[in-house]
Amino acid sequence: MEIPRHWRLKQQRYALVGEVCPHCEGKIFPPRDVCPHCSGEAKTPYAFSGRGEVYSYTRISDGPAGFEESAPYTIALVKLEEGPLVTAQLTDLGGQPVDIGMPVEMVTRRIRSDGDERGMIVYGYKFRPVMAAQA
Amino acid sequence: MREVAVIGIGQTKVDEHWDKSLRELAGEAVFAALADAGRESVSAMYVGNMLSGPANKQQHLGAFIADWVGMRYTESMRIESACSSGSAAFRTGLMAVASGAVDSAVVVGVEKMIDSPGDEVTAALATAADADWEVDQGVSFVALNALIMRRYILEYGWKHADFGAFSVNAHTNGKQNPYARFQEGLTVEGYAKAGMIADPINLMDASPMGDGAAAAVMVPLDSLNKNRNGLITVVGSGSATDSLAVHSRTDPLWLTAAEKSVKMAYAQAGIGPEQIDLFEAHDAFTIMAALSLEACGFAERGRAPQLALDGEITPKGRIPIATRGGLKARGHPVGATGMYQIVEVVQQLRGEAHGSQVENAQYGMAQNIGGSGSNIVTHILKRLN
Repeated sequence: MEIPRHWRLKQQRYALVGEVCPHCEGKIFPPRDVCPHCSGEAKTPYAFSGRGEVYSYTRISDGPAGFEESAPYTIALVKLEEGPLVTAQLTDLGGQPVDIGMPVEMVTRRIRSDGDERGMIVYGYKFRPVMAAQA
Repeated sequence: MREVAVIGIGQTKVDEHWDKSLRELAGEAVFAALADAGRESVSAMYVGNMLSGPANKQQHLGAFIADWVGMRYTESMRIESACSSGSAAFRTGLMAVASGAVDSAVVVGVEKMIDSPGDEVTAALATAADADWEVDQGVSFVALNALIMRRYILEYGWKHADFGAFSVNAHTNGKQNPYARFQEGLTVEGYAKAGMIADPINLMDASPMGDGAAAAVMVPLDSLNKNRNGLITVVGSGSATDSLAVHSRTDPLWLTAAEKSVKMAYAQAGIGPEQIDLFEAHDAFTIMAALSLEACGFAERGRAPQLALDGEITPKGRIPIATRGGLKARGHPVGATGMYQIVEVVQQLRGEAHGSQVENAQYGMAQNIGGSGSNIVTHILKRLN
């Protein structure tokens, strides 16, 4: 795996830091420096809440190279409450069925490892069903 | 710009070609196209290919293929835009000939997928998606299409079974094409019983990999005797991009790049969807065939499965698609696919599509989709006489 590439993305992987457009106030994730809504320059960091809902999902039984040990797993398009869609795995589902519209929240989890290549483990965001409020 | 005619086509069967290399496949298609054109050489070559680096440990295909076919010293380069590499190479050749930069060109799309293990090829295909934000999350190419298809089914109220008509049409037409990977046909029951890959996409929603090459020879129309029979010209060409990542699209259920590229092609040709007699759509997955039909104006948003269910996509229907099997049955050798589509459109316009001929076809369209909808190239060809 390319270690510098993963290191560069730590703010996004661990803290869901995107951008907010100073011109149209559009919230942007992942960061792209040019606002997709108004094409203006957008470099102001913005930390997303991590809350959203499932826009679509599928179940992967044979993981692609690097994800064999995680399979089977569920991957989703999550609509963040601030607007953008993000591609991520769902986790902590137990036996719970997934539904479109299901509320989810971001957690940090182990995403993949490169086995014996360099011994690197990549952590990042996954989403779990929103827990009931604790008393 | 000069008008450009396609005067020669060639292709190999899409298959597991254990006994043929990347260059042998490309050579076979190029030699067939040159022979069909009645030419011994051309002034430039453009090679469409996606995977030769990871899958064949060979890059630099421009010189590699030119040298192999006896065109050493001729201008040649490789064009890459994932699954739309073939049609991107065709558009490059078209621009070169139309502009007068070169006198004639051969375009070949080639892909050799089976030399590397399946999981490595799958990982290489995934490089068409966004590495940082899609692939690193564990999403596969099939899964991206599954995410789109599940949402589409929910939003527009379809059932999975409603998509079977796309696959049945493709496989029925593939039976008539000796170059198709699958020639056994498919029933509605066979579709319903196919194994699940990434819910809701099953094995019969997805197109198969394969090795293959397809080629075409282009020259300026004014270099030809216009009374010659069976002249085919390129009357429209358009190309547009969208975000690599599905999650970054303005609307994940709409192929904006397809709409933009087809509008360019329609405007150039001076026609609209109602004049198109057949359409080689990019049916890598049944959902992509549906989205492509909608973006090109053949169905209202969310309504394409009805066209298929009504039989309107068969060779006798209103808008025949996958007329020689499509990606689903002919096969999807990724970087070659766009050139297979062009070859098949030419066959239809010449009246050589035996067994699945669209009667009296004058305008044929091909649309090639790179990635999950990220780079889309559309061409319209016309029979002159």
